[in-house]
Amino acid sequence: MTTAHDRIEAEVKGNDVLLFMKGTPAFPQCGFSGQVVQILDYLGVPYKGVNVLDDAEIRQGVKEYTNWPTIPQLYVKGEFVGGCDIIREMFQAGELQQLMAERGIPTQDNAAS
Amino acid sequence: MAMDAREIEKLIKTHIPDAIVTIRDLAGDGDHYAASVVSEQFRGKSRVQQHQMVYEALRGSMGGALHALALQTSAPDN
Repeated sequence: MTTAHDRIEAEVKGNDVLLFMKGTPAFPQCGFSGQVVQILDYLGVPYKGVNVLDDAEIRQGVKEYTNWPTIPQLYVKGEFVGGCDIIREMFQAGELQQLMAERGIPTQDNAAS
Repeated sequence: MAMDAREIEKLIKTHIPDAIVTIRDLAGDGDHYAASVVSEQFRGKSRVQQHQMVYEALRGSMGGALHALALQTSAPDN
């Protein structure tokens, strides 16, 4: 039997950019999740959203997996980057774009240049 | 269950004694806050580590009694 931990790890390792969120990228159901979706969409980064509202085990499990009490949670190349506040701060400082570039994640900016 | 801003500040300062804590009640409902925490203990730590220190101070309150805390952390400017 696969545990919640195994399923979380499979998602994190199987997707270059992964967002645990409330709702879906097309229909976020929490303002914080919505803000991260807006930032990722603005950057044109391909990512997968996992809706924790669909699955109570994932919702609880991801908090333990990351030792982070809130959703959303953004992972890039298997590494936990942060929640909404950190992502927004990094985006505003240009650090998120830099991180994506360093990890080889394509963004619209790269495509245009 | 909502939480008082002073209670949040007290919890943070118990864990991070030198912290300068500024809290704003965003929605006036005792449930959505923005907090700025400045502490020398944050120096040299990543943002994730800094936030984790604050979350640790708040123990189980985050996501439970406290629904939403927008957090900004930094080390003091010299």
